[in-house]
Amino acid sequence: MARQTTTGQRALVTAVAWGIGILISFPIIWTVLTSFKTEATAIASPPVWFSFDWTLQNYIDVNTRSDYARYFMNSVVISIGSTLLGLAVAIPAAWSMAFQPTKNTKNVLMWMLSTKMMPAVGVLVPVYMGLRSMGLLDSRTALVIIMMLMNLPIIVWMLFTYFREIPGEILEAARMDGANLRNEIIYVLTPMTVPGIASTLLLNVILAWNEAFWTLNLTTTNAAPLTAFIASFSSPQGLFYAKLSAASTMAIAPILILGWFSQKQLVRGLTFGAVK
Amino acid sequence: MATQRAHKAARLMISPSVILLLAWMIIPLGTTIYFSFLRYNILTPPASWTGFENYYYFLTDPAFIPALVNTLVLVLGVLAITTIGGILLALLLNMEFWGQGIVRILVISPFFVMPTVSALVWKNMFMNPVNGLFAHLFRAFGLQPVDFLSTLPLLSITIMVAWAWLPFATLILLTALQSLDSEQMEAAEMDGAGWLSRFIYLTLPHLTRSITVVVLIQTIFLLAVFAEIYVTTAGGPGYASTNIPFLIYNLSLKQFDAGMGAAGGVIAVIIANIVAFFLMRAVGKNLEL
Repeated sequence: MARQTTTGQRALVTAVAWGIGILISFPIIWTVLTSFKTEATAIASPPVWFSFDWTLQNYIDVNTRSDYARYFMNSVVISIGSTLLGLAVAIPAAWSMAFQPTKNTKNVLMWMLSTKMMPAVGVLVPVYMGLRSMGLLDSRTALVIIMMLMNLPIIVWMLFTYFREIPGEILEAARMDGANLRNEIIYVLTPMTVPGIASTLLLNVILAWNEAFWTLNLTTTNAAPLTAFIASFSSPQGLFYAKLSAASTMAIAPILILGWFSQKQLVRGLTFGAVK
Repeated sequence: MATQRAHKAARLMISPSVILLLAWMIIPLGTTIYFSFLRYNILTPPASWTGFENYYYFLTDPAFIPALVNTLVLVLGVLAITTIGGILLALLLNMEFWGQGIVRILVISPFFVMPTVSALVWKNMFMNPVNGLFAHLFRAFGLQPVDFLSTLPLLSITIMVAWAWLPFATLILLTALQSLDSEQMEAAEMDGAGWLSRFIYLTLPHLTRSITVVVLIQTIFLLAVFAEIYVTTAGGPGYASTNIPFLIYNLSLKQFDAGMGAAGGVIAVIIANIVAFFLMRAVGKNLEL
């Protein structure tokens, strides 16, 4: 076969690929390593790679001194809350557009996508002022709602592309066999739609977790999630490299792990089904 | 009629999404447009009507032209790095080697790092002129360390943002590459087509649509880069790393000039819509119903 590669070639490609992979993820690897150093080792010159006294002190410090748990909980509430709310609104819409498309369906979908194009900064002033007058600045409620609205077009689109892959004949067959609507939903549709809904949930939790425009501008202390907590290290505090690293590691670890499982969904969700 | 009832149900199921998004579009955007015609300082209301004065002041602000240029440089710089790098990386990851799964995880990881973390890690642990790794590296070669964020602020931010978006481009182009017909490739190879001509005549045309999508989607997000600037340079020194979103933020929430901030917002919306128009056409073409 022409495309068979020799072991030698394969070894070379392996070396190059691993080298580049490590180079690209190096900032993350370095952050995790630094988080286990003392502040003095963290800025040692020349840099220390692995041979240092590994310590968990930074993690303890960040947790005890900075109320880390509250920021973490805000991130959890905002990302998961907004996604669940979004799913509740989007599932019926995606459902009906996928199973009963009309001549307007395409227009509705394209219009929903277009709302995603509006730059957040274009509506910063009225949203800020509106929330201020309602006393909702720095509240989780406001962020859950805004994050839901930001991601709603993506949620509808993703669900739509998943639902559309479910063949309509299956529903007809179930109906012919005498299934009523309730049984149809419980026994036929739910098992087939759960994977798509789960993927949508995963990607949108990731997007909401990392969102850093509204979270930075609309929170100060009470509702501030991890994005804002980390931003507070930008002042002279940031010179505490080991603590910054520990806080950063804790902020990105959960989403990094979720992200590894969502590679495929990422492509589908962020290209609106244009690349599969 | 059954179909009529079905249509009614369908409309009922779609309407919550449509109403919410419509409200989210019209109310804030309408208010932005209204504010943009007011002389309105957040600290000293009431506001008064000024017509197009805010637009005039925004467009003639000494920061506007630098911010517009910086926005374009940032968008184009990141696009160039991520598209070319993404194609190369996708080609590499599509080859056969040991540990593909792990390398792919390593390559896509930066995309999942929140912008404030990546910006601060780059700023402190890599670009800091005293303790950063780049400074160590420069000194190891006997060179003078560079203070990246004060001497090359826009380039530094371009690097940070490109690092975050390279995985996205790679992942999408890799997905597209995997759907390339391998029989066609083999046929071309047997006919004696070299590596380069196979890339130019088969691979690249196959990737065109995905490249378009990558470019357009990234542009939407890159026009809105904010957090990286907010935590590293705060737009400075001077206006050297101020982009349009940061300028608007500065006018509205730092200088409390809601009217001028709103006028800037309207202009940002217009710029984004020009890009959006082309993205919608690219996506719409692929949507078969």
